Amino acid sequence: MTNTMTRREWLLSDAPQTRRQARLGAFYQGWLTFRTNKLAMLGLIILILLLGMAAFAPLLAPHSPFAQDLAIRLQPPSAEHWLGTDALGRDILSRLIHGSRITLFIVGTVALIAPLIGLFIGTVAGFAGGWVDQVLMRITDIFLAFPKLILALAFVAALGPSIGNAVLALALTAWPPYARLARAETLTIRHADFIAAARLQGAGRARLLFRHIWPLCVSSLIVRVALDMAGIILSAAGLGFLGLGAQPPMPEWGAMISDGRAYILDFWWVAAMPGLAIFTVSMAFNLLGDGLRDVLDPKGGAK
Amino acid sequence: MASNDNTAAGGTSPGTGRPDTSGRSALRRRRARGIAGTALSLTLTLLGLLLVTFIIGRVMPIDPVLKVVGDRATQAQYDAAYQAMGLDKPLAIQFLSYIGDVVTGDFGRSISTGQLVWDDIRRVFPATFELATLGTLIGVLAGVPLGVIAAARRGGIVDQIARVVALVGYSMPIFWLGLMGLLIFYGILGWVGGPGRQGIIYDGMVPNVTGMILVDSALARDWAAFRDAFSHIILPASLLGYYSLAYISRMTRSFMLEQLSAEYITTARVKGLSERAVIWGHAFRNISIPLVTVIALSFGSLLEGSVLTEIIFSWPGLGQYITRSLLSGDMNAVLGGTVVVGVCFVVLNLFSDILYRVLDPRSK
Amino acid sequence: MTIRLTSRAVLLASALAFAPAAFAETPADTLVIAHTIDDIISLDPAQAFEFAGNDVNRNTYDRLVDFDPLDPEAGFQPGLAESWEVSEDGTSITFTMREGVTFHSGNPVRAEDAAFSLQRAVKLDKTPAFILTQFGFTADNVEEMITFDDTTLTLQLDQPYAQSFVLNCLTAMIASVVDKETVLANEQDGDLGNAWLTSAEAGSGAYELAAWRPNEAVQLTAFEDYWQGAAEMKRVIVRNVAESSAQRLLLEQGDIDVARNLTPTDVDSISSVKGVTIQDEPRGRILYMGLNQKDELLSNPAVIEAMKHLVNYEGITSSFLKGQFITHQAFLPKGYLGALDEQAWTYDVEKARQLLADAGIEGGTITTRVRDLREYVDVAQTLQASMAEAGLTLEIEQMTGAQVLDAYRAREVPIFLGEWGPDYSDPNTNAATFAFNPDNSDDANAVGLLAWRNAYEVPAEMNEATVAATLEQDTEKRAAMYEDIQRQYQAEAPIVPLFQRIEQVGLRDGVQNWWSGGAVTSVVYHQVTKGE
Repeated sequence: MTNTMTRREWLLSDAPQTRRQARLGAFYQGWLTFRTNKLAMLGLIILILLLGMAAFAPLLAPHSPFAQDLAIRLQPPSAEHWLGTDALGRDILSRLIHGSRITLFIVGTVALIAPLIGLFIGTVAGFAGGWVDQVLMRITDIFLAFPKLILALAFVAALGPSIGNAVLALALTAWPPYARLARAETLTIRHADFIAAARLQGAGRARLLFRHIWPLCVSSLIVRVALDMAGIILSAAGLGFLGLGAQPPMPEWGAMISDGRAYILDFWWVAAMPGLAIFTVSMAFNLLGDGLRDVLDPKGGAK
Repeated sequence: MASNDNTAAGGTSPGTGRPDTSGRSALRRRRARGIAGTALSLTLTLLGLLLVTFIIGRVMPIDPVLKVVGDRATQAQYDAAYQAMGLDKPLAIQFLSYIGDVVTGDFGRSISTGQLVWDDIRRVFPATFELATLGTLIGVLAGVPLGVIAAARRGGIVDQIARVVALVGYSMPIFWLGLMGLLIFYGILGWVGGPGRQGIIYDGMVPNVTGMILVDSALARDWAAFRDAFSHIILPASLLGYYSLAYISRMTRSFMLEQLSAEYITTARVKGLSERAVIWGHAFRNISIPLVTVIALSFGSLLEGSVLTEIIFSWPGLGQYITRSLLSGDMNAVLGGTVVVGVCFVVLNLFSDILYRVLDPRSK
Repeated sequence: MTIRLTSRAVLLASALAFAPAAFAETPADTLVIAHTIDDIISLDPAQAFEFAGNDVNRNTYDRLVDFDPLDPEAGFQPGLAESWEVSEDGTSITFTMREGVTFHSGNPVRAEDAAFSLQRAVKLDKTPAFILTQFGFTADNVEEMITFDDTTLTLQLDQPYAQSFVLNCLTAMIASVVDKETVLANEQDGDLGNAWLTSAEAGSGAYELAAWRPNEAVQLTAFEDYWQGAAEMKRVIVRNVAESSAQRLLLEQGDIDVARNLTPTDVDSISSVKGVTIQDEPRGRILYMGLNQKDELLSNPAVIEAMKHLVNYEGITSSFLKGQFITHQAFLPKGYLGALDEQAWTYDVEKARQLLADAGIEGGTITTRVRDLREYVDVAQTLQASMAEAGLTLEIEQMTGAQVLDAYRAREVPIFLGEWGPDYSDPNTNAATFAFNPDNSDDANAVGLLAWRNAYEVPAEMNEATVAATLEQDTEKRAAMYEDIQRQYQAEAPIVPLFQRIEQVGLRDGVQNWWSGGAVTSVVYHQVTKGE
């Protein structure tokens, strides 16, 4: 880097001098593309706010999310309780703020576990071929044939309702598409020259799989995960709504809608507020996902 | 298939809700094999599906016997029911004898309704079928034109609207939208009928022929009952239709864009064909095959029972039936429902396959 | 496909949809009810034991004795039996059958049918059979113990039970009289017609069963030849509507005449709606808190005493359970012989804290399971909050009813919050489960007894008192015995009755004589009318 070069010029240089410069440059290029997408930026901002909200929940929440006061139950939004109170007199805003932690926890964990399972099964199937491929893909088909929510319900019913089991159930129902994707990618690169070269150098199967094939599958998986985040949120909320996710008194948004359902005719805000929160966050993820797809996977976009 | 739509899982289900083409690639993969091979592999899938369901049912910490005999039963009564249900036999035997019964058309008896599972399914499936059909119809009638126009005038106002419509569809919790819809259109405005399939006073008034109330009441020429049933189905069907629309319009748009950038379109334009003829006559005709597949898939996932929608609207359909049975450990009912779901899956896949063969000249 | 076609279709669809549907009133001779009826698994009176199933059988069958819906206070009244006589030694009762009554099939109701019905219930030995077998009937001896001639039926008992005890049990649905000829004509593999009666009916009641679609609806039609005169409501439709808000909307719109599962919030709002009235009726169910004595912390008498003061009785019954439950701290519900209406405890966190401190208890955590019903979860959450104030931590796991019940029967629920509904209209029904547990060991496996489920070692004298009360012929004395048992229970038992269920029924104006069955039985439609 010379002094006459701005950081921007360095990043956008046509002739990167180091691998690191090239990588950072590509990243910066992506960021520039992403930044021009106003909606995607909006999504990003909402999610950053959400992260901040989750991190500083105890500081931000005006009340305790658990403190009950039966005397002030079902109050409409007011200066004291911005979003009103629920059936047990708890402050809805505070519950929403604390609930963001649960939402982020669920989304984060599922978005980590499901692609990993899928990546493993898909690449093994694609790389091994033969009967291993047949068996693994048949299993994938079986899971795909299930109605998703019913499968998740069955898992949670079998494991017992809790937030951890809800995460597990969602991950177990979400992996098959990733397996399909990873397998397809593996098939296209299995016979590539560089794989043959690595093999000649004496790389073992495991090494080939983890060091050479996995890295190449990751970027398409990331796009897919980003696009699926909203779906995970909605499914998690669906489980919570059915009472199979987070347990009381945890302020999980889906469960909050379920709580508010009984009061919807007269006290609409009890169910409406958490619904809006879910909507906002899953929309933000959708916007972000669209933006990321444009950057990372320009050819595959539906644009 | 991979690209199920989202309604079954309350909005977009993880990994499946987006316009993606893995469904199509799977189909292409399948086309390489014969229809017989496809049928065989789908049957295996179906068996696997049953096995998984069966195992889940047996590890579930819910005691089905208790559901049968109730809380006040003595140990002797409990044991008698336990044996009568065949639960004392080894798991493998239980599973095999279940499969044997299913092959001969015997799905057993549901413990939560006391009825034969087959009778239950004959009752609940038409409810789901009717709702799914109308939902898909709405999704197609609105989604396809929206997608085509959005692609034709890319970046135009319709495209923007289509984008927002789809985005909102992918982001909205369906159960919440259903609740709010009921509140507004039934509770406040009174424009539509309430939860359930028909007004209670119409209950049992129309002879049951197909189990689909719209069809039955039309057959009986009972237009009051038809109107009543329509006022009940329109809200949940629109809701499902909206989700179906979001998916179908996005897929249509992307298929159309693919076609519109093809060379033959340029040629057609050069030849001076009107834009309308280019879009509808050429491009649209060429996307009809993948589009039918997409529609079939979307329909299939609605048939699987849109659990949350059915619960919100007290719709006595398959999704609610399976869920309810699941939570009371009623495994005969769950397995029976799973068979139906599996068969729908198989039939729709075969249907898409055959359609490809018939319609796609390249596969001949 | 053209755009024009599409928009026309959309227009057509929306025109059809948005033209306000004709929300007519329900027909004058039809009673339309919204209720949760998804618990029905059988309609065979020898087997059915769920609330909604009993609601059906109460109307399709008659019994030897029944309650008068227009005067329930009077207790059991002659039904298919015109009169009865107890033998000198109190061990047998002879019923004289009413003449000229017919079943829906047209067959006459005979003493033989009544005997068959009771024998059948004992032989089938389904869950509710204990209501009859507690008098000493077994599958082997029932033919000798229950005998008949042309006009009379005689029950031979193994002990001189209180007459009120026996007759109260005969008002239970399992004692419904079925049409022997019809039932036996539909017998399969010697099942005494059990499979057939699951979804059919062979009774003599005011209504015939027209249809039952599980989880959806029950339809009844009036029996024109009913011995007490045909019912005014020619058709009764009970639709399964799970949601209170939906029931409320249906009632407001005039789509139904009766809503039976309204939450307090909905009751509040609907009571100001024109054309709707709310009728309160105490039912038999008791919401109680069971403290499992296997739990070290909960078996400490100081903790038991403290827990009784940690329930916000007032707050709960005036907020989310308002109108739906009243505070009731004894195990016999109001409306039963010997019911006790004394408030033994009040909500007092300070006192609870003191009790715990005096016993040297500093904190503690209990993890319990609660059925995923709004009411129970809300009660659990308020308990959670007040326990926290007293330094105890309560962790709640929500589960389905079936899962909680499984664990409860395995004695694995530390703090059980739920309801107990009496099985028959005699006080023994609750005394025998709350205050009777002859063997508290795990091996006894007395899963039916609430005391056993909570591992409560009932003192010997209380066990004896409970048995003695079933043999007391003097009804006044009998009542006093139950009051004594309940007082002793309040003083020491770890099972704490909290509230009694009130059913708040929403009725369209004009619906008269509605009776849900009070504390003792199920709903009766025969006397219901719809005026202006």
